Amino acid sequence: MALQSLDIKQRSATTTPSTQVRQTVEIAKLIDVSACIGCKACQVACSEWNDIRDEVGNCHGVYDNPMDLSAKSWTVMRYTEVEQNNKLEWLIRKDGCMHCADPGCLKACPAPGAIIQYANGIVDFHQENCIGCGYCVTGCPFNVPRISKEDSKAYKCSLCSDRVAVNQAPACVKSCPTGAIQFGSKEDMKDYAAKRVADLKERGYDQAGLYDPQGVGGTHVMYVLHHADKPDLYAGLPANPSISPLVSLWKGFAKPLATLALAGVALGSLFHYVTKGPNEVSKEIEDEIEREDALANKEEAK
Amino acid sequence: MIRDPKDLKRYTASERANHWVVGISFILLGLSGLAFFHPAFFPLTQLFGGPVWTRILHPYLGVIMALAFVVMFFRFKHLNKMTPADKEWLSKVDQMVDGDDHNMPEQGKYNGGQKVMFWALAISMLLMTLSGIVIWRAWFDLPVDIVRLGAVVHAAAGAVMIGLIMVHVYAAIWVKGTIRAMWYGTVTRAWAKQHHRGWYRQVTGK
Ligand code: HEM
Ligand code: SF4
Ligand code: SF4
Repeated sequence: MALQSLDIKQRSATTTPSTQVRQTVEIAKLIDVSACIGCKACQVACSEWNDIRDEVGNCHGVYDNPMDLSAKSWTVMRYTEVEQNNKLEWLIRKDGCMHCADPGCLKACPAPGAIIQYANGIVDFHQENCIGCGYCVTGCPFNVPRISKEDSKAYKCSLCSDRVAVNQAPACVKSCPTGAIQFGSKEDMKDYAAKRVADLKERGYDQAGLYDPQGVGGTHVMYVLHHADKPDLYAGLPANPSISPLVSLWKGFAKPLATLALAGVALGSLFHYVTKGPNEVSKEIEDEIEREDALANKEEAK
Repeated sequence: MIRDPKDLKRYTASERANHWVVGISFILLGLSGLAFFHPAFFPLTQLFGGPVWTRILHPYLGVIMALAFVVMFFRFKHLNKMTPADKEWLSKVDQMVDGDDHNMPEQGKYNGGQKVMFWALAISMLLMTLSGIVIWRAWFDLPVDIVRLGAVVHAAAGAVMIGLIMVHVYAAIWVKGTIRAMWYGTVTRAWAKQHHRGWYRQVTGK
């Protein structure tokens, strides 16, 4: 979202490498779903820190409010009631951008520099370069980016890149009263998660585990889930997310090849003209027509 | 301003205007579309008032072209029915490309190649329009799988179509005396007799 001073690893619609010299520590946010009480302090903190105020909506008879992510709500809590092992469980997942190591949004974006991946793993939208095409929405496996109705720019969680750049944890992390949101290096977060998973297993959640999907190269927002075997329970968290094959096909090697083929057609035409010469009306037929005309004129004159 | 009163009328003013509306919108669509196709072409957005304007304008140009193309399609459809002579022409197309038309069978108003071009463009145009609407996020918000498919189809059919139009334009440049048919609608009798003898006989009665 903001201009700041993190090293850039990858930028959208750019075919040359970005800064690669310095190695930065990869960071991650860990959301321990089992410790979340659904208070929405993080939602509020996000709105506060980023200074965005979504429209006050309506109550839909459920806890979810707002009902979905929007250009002004970059994180929302999703509440699901499920029955597991004959017990009612209330699953609460903080939804938002996962900051994929292999981001489908960035791959799809046609505008140079509208989407940036920093060396620390944060995927950030730079709205000043965004053209509003919505390709990022098409590319994202988690259905995260939203196009604003007001300015037709794409918005999503920035993982508080402006705070992280000055060594501060994201606003949501600061606000969580139960410590369900942790922030640090990805390595540390994995270690922390392992402890939480061990604890959950001890408490009878045999399938507890870390959600760090490898289909997108791992993510820089990870979940500790009590039912890691069924991420789908948590308001449709995809079990094996990856960039859709259609998106890979669309953005893959076919395009440079097609570009070469078109250049080939253009050059081929030029050289065809130069080597074969133009296809002109033959002198023979022109003379034939002239003779016919002369004959006709003569007949008229009679 | 009649050049030779005996020139043959090939296109009416309204057919020509129709073709130019399609042609101009196609060029603008191709240039603006390529800008999103690959970063190498992104600077083309400068022709349209910047990247955001390019994104806004492209689909509306598409609507203009699609409407004009539908009219053109129904105008020329009946002239583009394939005949056995067209098939023969197509089987000998390599000789034609080589610059030798002596063995080519007699052709009506359009030759087999032009007819294939007509139908290939009609199919591409249909695919471009449908997929273009599917990925038009300013107005539509369809299920993401459909949008993904639409994006692939739009990019693939777009590349094919740009290639087809390059061939179409080159053919008009290569065959001398053709482009005037789209400027002022007439061709010389000699041109018609050489390239479209069936049509020449039909309109001259010879
Ligand atoms: C017929 C109606 C058409 C519609 C409604 C349409 C719509 C669109 C839309 C919505 C986009 C995404 C960018 C944007 O939002 O502006 C796009 C991209 C594109 N369009 Fe079209 N378009 C049409 C026809 C054409 C034609 C005739 C061409 C010519 C070759 C073309 C070439 C392209 C290309 C190459 C892209 C980029 C595809 C990519 O990103 O891979 N479009 N079009
Ligand atoms: S979750 Fe979606 S928006 Fe976030 S980085 Fe991954 S692909 Fe991009
Ligand atoms: S809407 Fe903006 S960020 Fe998303 S793909 Fe288009 S230009 Fe990139």
